[in-house]
Amino acid sequence: MTNVTLTVNGTHRSLEVEPRTLLVHALRDELGLTGTNVGCDSSSCGACTVLVDGRSAKACTMFTVQADGAEITTIEGVAEADGTLHPMQQAFHEKHALQCGYCTPGMVMAAISLVEEYPGLDEHGVRHGLEGNLCRCTGYQNIVDAVLQAAGTGGD
Amino acid sequence: MIPAAFDYKVAESAEHAISLLAEHGDEAKLLAGGHSLIPMMRFRLAAPGVLVDVGRLDDLRYIRRSNGTVAIGALTRHSDLEHSAELAQACPMLSSVAALVGDPAVRHRGTLGGTIAHADPASDLPAAVLALGATIVARGPGGSREIAATNFFTGYFESVLADDEMITEIRVPADDGGWNYQKFNRRAQDWAIVGVAVASGGTGVSLVNMGSTPMRASAVEAAVYSGASAAEAAAVAAEGLAPPTDLNADSDYRSHLARVLTRRALNAAGVS
Repeated sequence: MTNVTLTVNGTHRSLEVEPRTLLVHALRDELGLTGTNVGCDSSSCGACTVLVDGRSAKACTMFTVQADGAEITTIEGVAEADGTLHPMQQAFHEKHALQCGYCTPGMVMAAISLVEEYPGLDEHGVRHGLEGNLCRCTGYQNIVDAVLQAAGTGGD
Repeated sequence: MIPAAFDYKVAESAEHAISLLAEHGDEAKLLAGGHSLIPMMRFRLAAPGVLVDVGRLDDLRYIRRSNGTVAIGALTRHSDLEHSAELAQACPMLSSVAALVGDPAVRHRGTLGGTIAHADPASDLPAAVLALGATIVARGPGGSREIAATNFFTGYFESVLADDEMITEIRVPADDGGWNYQKFNRRAQDWAIVGVAVASGGTGVSLVNMGSTPMRASAVEAAVYSGASAAEAAAVAAEGLAPPTDLNADSDYRSHLARVLTRRALNAAGVS
């Protein structure tokens, strides 16, 4: 077992993991943060997307030991303490950018990172930038609308 | 899909990583971004006994231009290549190809040295550095050596790297000639079914997923060099090759794609 120290959603966490423990399993099983979902389990679907030092990463394709010392943000950490939604969450709510909701945590995390990384996103940029996040319900249209709204480059 | 257990070692320097490799022999693998290795470990296609994590070697994460060459540290992430204004100016093909790898989350973790060492014939960046005539710098216990990209890849996921060597730097000639990259796939985020990279106004051409390695399209390059039209040069793109058949495409279709994509890439690179 290896000792790993992470800052998760602003809180210092220390845990003992096997080197082969994937970050998504540490978050879900060790820290109880089950908002980060496991979808394809093979780095294709993006359901497990979290922020590592502020940038999107697939938590199923990263060993927890690789994240030692890093700041991790999960879907549980993006709203304000008083429950006020993150602008990206608010946009997903207003645009009805989900149906079953399974992809939504990863989609929101990927979108937060995307808007930060690519200023001035247009529709093509959003669609290209969310290539790594699969949604089997919505047909993506409302998701794209929501991200454009949150980016301030489209939507109402 | 849980990987087999392994011992985890954090490399504190390139020298340290090499000494760990030398100590553990073919049991050990280097771990950089992990976006090729971890999926293979999860599918149990790879089960190294020791992982040497070089992902924290920030001194190997740089893009430096001097004279006509851009030196790129092996731990430079795809997203670093994509967003580097210096690289976009000195070698726009490389930064543009980097922006087409996987998706943003993959590009945040994946490294240039890692994708070259992995030597997947379906990957984008190995073919790009081939077309550009890059030099790969590898360090082992006895020091560093320079390997021409054209001599680097030897087979499926195989290269001339020894078990105790690691890539430390990739040197790419600054290239302001016409360039283009064609990546053909059916699903977003997939590997190319076939890809074609064109550099230096058409005299550097390479093919993705047309055999067991990324490869230079020498016949196309020779045709362009001798003044052939794009259509004439593209006609020989698959000559002598036996591309693989898989779920996405059979061999003949890949050959067809190579000819069509080479013509488009040459046209876009300014070869009429």
